[in-house]
Amino acid sequence: MYDIIIIGAGVTGCSIARELSRYNLKTAVLERASDVCEGTSKANSGIAHAGFDAKPGTLKARLNVEGSRLMEQLSKELDFPFKRNGSLVLCFDEKDMTSLQKLYDQGQENGVEGLEILNREQLKNLEPNISDNAVAALHAPTGGIVCPFGLTIALAENAAVNGVEFHLNTEVQNIEKTVNEKTNTSYRLHTNRGSFDAKVVINAAGVYAGNFHNMVSEDKIHIIPRKGEYCLMDKKTGGLVSHTIFQLPTVYGKGVLVTPTVHGNLLAGPTAVDVENPEAVNTTKDGMEELLKRAALSVNQLPVRQIITSFAGLRAHEENGDFIIGMVKDAPGFFDAAGIESPGLTCAPALGKYLADMVLEYLPSTEKPDFIVTRKGIPNIALASPEEKKRLIAKNPLYANVVCRCELVTEGEIVDAIHRPLGATTLDGIKRRTRTGMGRCQAGFCSPKTVEILARELGKDMSEICKNDSGSNFLIGGNQ
Amino acid sequence: MMKKDLVIIGGGPAGLAAAIAAKEAGVEDLLILERDSVLGGILNQCIHNGFGLHTFKEELTGPEYADRYIEKVKTLNIPYKLNTMVVDLAAENGLKKVTVMNRQEGLYETEAKAVVLAMGCRERPRGALNIPGYRPAGIYSAGTAQRYVNIDGRMPGKEVVILGSGDIGLIMARRMTLEGAKVKLVAELMPYSGGLKRNIVQCLDDFGIPLKLSHTVVDIKGKERVEGITIAQVDENAKPIPGTEEEVACDTLLLSCGLIPENELSDSLGVNMNPVTGGPLVNESLETNKEGVFACGNVLHVHDLVDYVSQEAEQAGKKAAAYLFGDLASTGKEIPLSVQNGVRYTVPASVNIDRMEDNQIVRFRVDNVYRDAVIEVSCNGKLLKNQKKRVLLPGEMEQIILNKSELEAIDNLEEINFNIKI
Repeated sequence: MYDIIIIGAGVTGCSIARELSRYNLKTAVLERASDVCEGTSKANSGIAHAGFDAKPGTLKARLNVEGSRLMEQLSKELDFPFKRNGSLVLCFDEKDMTSLQKLYDQGQENGVEGLEILNREQLKNLEPNISDNAVAALHAPTGGIVCPFGLTIALAENAAVNGVEFHLNTEVQNIEKTVNEKTNTSYRLHTNRGSFDAKVVINAAGVYAGNFHNMVSEDKIHIIPRKGEYCLMDKKTGGLVSHTIFQLPTVYGKGVLVTPTVHGNLLAGPTAVDVENPEAVNTTKDGMEELLKRAALSVNQLPVRQIITSFAGLRAHEENGDFIIGMVKDAPGFFDAAGIESPGLTCAPALGKYLADMVLEYLPSTEKPDFIVTRKGIPNIALASPEEKKRLIAKNPLYANVVCRCELVTEGEIVDAIHRPLGATTLDGIKRRTRTGMGRCQAGFCSPKTVEILARELGKDMSEICKNDSGSNFLIGGNQ
Repeated sequence: MMKKDLVIIGGGPAGLAAAIAAKEAGVEDLLILERDSVLGGILNQCIHNGFGLHTFKEELTGPEYADRYIEKVKTLNIPYKLNTMVVDLAAENGLKKVTVMNRQEGLYETEAKAVVLAMGCRERPRGALNIPGYRPAGIYSAGTAQRYVNIDGRMPGKEVVILGSGDIGLIMARRMTLEGAKVKLVAELMPYSGGLKRNIVQCLDDFGIPLKLSHTVVDIKGKERVEGITIAQVDENAKPIPGTEEEVACDTLLLSCGLIPENELSDSLGVNMNPVTGGPLVNESLETNKEGVFACGNVLHVHDLVDYVSQEAEQAGKKAAAYLFGDLASTGKEIPLSVQNGVRYTVPASVNIDRMEDNQIVRFRVDNVYRDAVIEVSCNGKLLKNQKKRVLLPGEMEQIILNKSELEAIDNLEEINFNIKI
């Protein structure tokens, strides 16, 4: 019997797992994919929102501002890329200035620090490449950018080091509620890999959270997958703007963002289209055209010819628009973290604490004296100073063997990624931990080498190596 | 700090030929830096024949062609380092600072008086083509697939669709077929192929593989592994025509949609680029705007035949040697080579008559298929020479030779223009 089982190893599940790993609780995370960070957490804007966007009084507003504050400290504790680059909301029409002011007021009410409204000249001084059509902007200096993989993997690794079990490739198929008068209610989770019993279940299943909630509760919820498509541009273009550029919602729609990523690329997106299929992470011609058209409104020359890849993610949108976090009324010990759409990534550090506290109230426990607070990431050769590079190479010459030439990732980093706690077993796993294949050639040169290293280190044949989930093998077999 | 007279970045066909030419011209203190574990570059995976007809008057495979140069490098005792990545290139006081990394020596800097850029090119990935759909396993650039099949002995798939009729795509259509895969079709966005005529005949026609011109991929299906793609016909603006979609079941999509010169190092050095080729702008000596920095091969512009790469690289090596010996004339004026009506670019982009050889090769590509056309070269608006062509193809490189004496005879030469007259 586990004390706690968390369904879903996205950023929300991993943050909760890490918080609970501070306590003397037997905790497991069940994840249907082959790695952590495989769903909504891997395909989003990578923004640490300042917190002016959410309606005051909502959970979104509260956790956003708190999450934004916690993110910096967490990035130091767990060693993942985060930068407070500031954000701007552009206003294109004098007539919309009241809406901009409203956003400012809302931010103030939510407790966002340092907000100011900039006029055109101030805006141009701050961001010379901003569209000439922008008349004013809301400036939020606390806005930031974060590596969504870096954050999620760091949380997961730290949780694992502190004793949380991660069961990957483990899909929950059904949940049985056992009501026992003497003890508390408990749950049996049936999966493709046997069943798991737990006193507490935490539902952090992203677009599937509705399914699990509805298995144990009569008070049904409905999660709608809301697709967002993105285009990512070459690092050459990452300096086009330094802030994250939003648009004030207009008659033309909600608007899309243009932002440097924490790794120095330029990102444009997302669209927002409700879809039925929770697996529909395909990009579409219409979606890409629309996002590029809208993104082009924000800056004077969107470098569309420098696109290196496009992707789509699904937001877990709940009908009523706010997060659903807490114990389900008719299912004692079953906690939801559902409807976690934007600003879910930003909220994760705060949400983990918030939900962990609720769980501890239900299932009291004591803090572990030996909890390991910090985690050191994989060395980053590309960003290391010459001295640091030399030091690392002296320690392990594999740090001098470049595998991914576009992002300058070495064999040493890839081998590290494989042998860490919750190490990578797939090409995407290597990619998200080291950036191998994320550059301008998009793995053209490095994927055969990465497949070879994975096979060697894992003791597998090259044909067994997958891109991500089971069935995504790279190679079909040998030559004739 | 290690010091070298000449550093050649890249040990593929361009780097090898440049090094040999420089050594033969008397440069003793030179070094080839190669990031792969063997010399020869991409030729190692090009196991088909057809290389060397111009250079050696015989048909060689890629590895055989490379071997001729590798053997010569060894005979001439030209030093080279393998598994060695140049991570930065900078210029200081006329000297070039090459920052290098490898397992044996770690990270260190080499100071070079001259540099030959010979880093080659990479393939345009799916992302740059904006093909919508899922992102499963089973989508490879043709060259990556070629490496899997020819170097690793592995098959990336069984039922294959190829987008783009560049030469690597055509070669891989045949290669995959020979290894037992079913190549269903080759789709080409343009109304003509970007590959060599002989490859269309020998790689597609001979195997009954259909080439669908003016077609593109508009959707990719399959979550884990490719399950199928949708192709559609495109209009004259290369936009898909609604209603022409056709679904094709397959487990693999190969992309052969163009090559991009790998000029990240040239950029870090501040070399001026030609936006048309994606390669450096060079003068008659194949020298960039950075003194003592030369470029050749596919990093300069994408070639169709390796023989031309070798020829060009030889020139770069010779000129680098001349630079080191102080033999490049410092007099004369840069005359720009301009293009119009169908000529996309020229290499070189300018010539200095005092520096040029008696016969200067100018290479270029055209932007469309032209039949019974004339390549015209004019100076200061007056026709200098013309060359009749039965057919001009975008996939094939053209060349014209400029004679030094002819140019010297022109008063106040301001510009040399290249155009196609239909």
